[in-house]
Amino acid sequence: MKFFPLVWANLTRHKRRTVLTTLSVALALFLFASLRSVLTTLRAGAEVGSESRMIVQSAKAIVFFLPMSYRERLLAVPGVQAVTWADWFGGVYQDPKNFFASFAADPESYLDMYRSDFTLPADQRAAFIKERTACIVGQHLLEKYGWKLGQNVTLQGTIFQGDWTFTIRGVYHATSPAFSEDALMFHYEMVYERYPGWVQPGWYVLQLKDPSLAPQVAAAIDSEFKNSSDPTKTGTERAFNAGFVTMWGNVSFLMDSIGMAVVFAILLVAANSMMLSARERTNEVGVLKTVGFSDRLLFGLVMAEASTIALGGAVLGLGAAKALYRPTGFSAMGFLPGFDVTAGTLALGLGIAVVLALASGLVPAWTAARLSAVAALRHVE
Amino acid sequence: MALVSVRGLTKSFQRDSQPITVFDGLDLEFAEGSFTALMGPSGSGKSTLLNLIAGLDQPTSGTVTVGDAVVSAMGPGALAVWRSRHVGFVFQSYNLLPVLTAYQNVELPLLLTRLSKAERHDHVMTALGVVGLTDRAEHFPRQMSGGQEQRVAIARAVVSDPTIILLDEPTGQLDARSAAEVLELLQRLNREFHKTIIMVTHDPHAAQAAGMTLHLDKGVLTA
Repeated sequence: MKFFPLVWANLTRHKRRTVLTTLSVALALFLFASLRSVLTTLRAGAEVGSESRMIVQSAKAIVFFLPMSYRERLLAVPGVQAVTWADWFGGVYQDPKNFFASFAADPESYLDMYRSDFTLPADQRAAFIKERTACIVGQHLLEKYGWKLGQNVTLQGTIFQGDWTFTIRGVYHATSPAFSEDALMFHYEMVYERYPGWVQPGWYVLQLKDPSLAPQVAAAIDSEFKNSSDPTKTGTERAFNAGFVTMWGNVSFLMDSIGMAVVFAILLVAANSMMLSARERTNEVGVLKTVGFSDRLLFGLVMAEASTIALGGAVLGLGAAKALYRPTGFSAMGFLPGFDVTAGTLALGLGIAVVLALASGLVPAWTAARLSAVAALRHVE
Repeated sequence: MALVSVRGLTKSFQRDSQPITVFDGLDLEFAEGSFTALMGPSGSGKSTLLNLIAGLDQPTSGTVTVGDAVVSAMGPGALAVWRSRHVGFVFQSYNLLPVLTAYQNVELPLLLTRLSKAERHDHVMTALGVVGLTDRAEHFPRQMSGGQEQRVAIARAVVSDPTIILLDEPTGQLDARSAAEVLELLQRLNREFHKTIIMVTHDPHAAQAAGMTLHLDKGVLTA
């Protein structure tokens, strides 16, 4: 500890440079934590879906509707206990940038299907089911826009054109990490009535009597509709979520590789700045050696400087990422529910900081240790 | 009695692939408690000799002994420890660390000891008192005159009560008045505290302050 004032004095020699270098490291690790958290959240989402629920979607693509008549036929498939359906709405609130997950669903059957994934007070549930123009919203979405229970909210449709006004009759709390609180749900009848000849269910959700029946049920359903004009693709909810992650596959790769390249570039700049700072003080290394500072001690002092900057930047960057996302309920407009910087990401970020400290500190520390006092004293910038 | 003994000292090095011989079998002694000025033209080997006595440089052959320590036979680690306890070095350009206060600069050699913070404080204030700069303890080098900086450097050199004080042109960058103050201080250290001092200088006035003057020319003792 008695050498700390010396380390600190050297770090504050060029305050602006030290602050900027530390902020560079912090920014790089903040970006790293953010990008990696997108990937870990996506992967986690693929693992938390239910195994006892199945999703039936169009075999052509998820953007194609399935006939409403399928509902009764799906319910008749052995092993299926309940059926519900929904449509992606894709509306915005007041401004295109205010985009969040919104969808139309059959209220009663949908709430029953997902009753284990969120909580909704009984009186609010009843009010929502009773009123055709009602909607329910997630707690986080309600807080984000400062809405109140009973308030009318008008969305502008992007797929289903026009203004759509709903009355908030319920506010739900997610109990499953895969269920987003950044969503709005309203009655399927609303869109069906405005677009009667076009709108059909976008996807069906099935509740199985027994999760082990999933392969047989999927085979039976897809087989039944195989030769129809609207063939189906059936899988467990978990597989459905995993499918989304697969769709993100190339994006993930790009984020991973470009993001890491950016992080690496910033770290190189920071490392160069740290090495420059040490090189400028070669003459002082000679003075300290003359006073009696050993090679080992000088090595340690230079490494301590590099470590302070790298670890200081890590604490700032990783700490900011950890403090920013989870407490503010960030979920990328509902597309990344449960978004959080995991302990694994923090550990990896800290590992990068240690590598940075070694990479930027080892060369000047080794040089300072190996340089003879006379050579160091003769050094002229 | 000789405190510093140089025997058969040879020092040569390469410059642009040309071998340069600075010393070729130099024999020399410095008595304990003496104040010696080393004079000579540039390139005569004065500073090199000082570096060899301080253990900052290694001879090609021969021995350098200071007290009981054979400096020329020590490894880098042992030399660092020995220097911290036995050598006080003063440079022409002061070489104070600009980011440290006068107090912190003087404290540097004591950081290598087992002294407590309070003990270090006492030593530092005593050394600053000897050079007459206790009121400048919290000043940074840029806030002091050249003469004051050099006195802080001398305080740093004496704070650990070294066996020998080596000075490389300590008045070279000072005006006449500051130079006189520094020389008076060195005389006091020699007279009152019985410090053995070896001072390299070009200045005949500075040499007069020393008890003895040795002249080096092309690595050979001429007087």
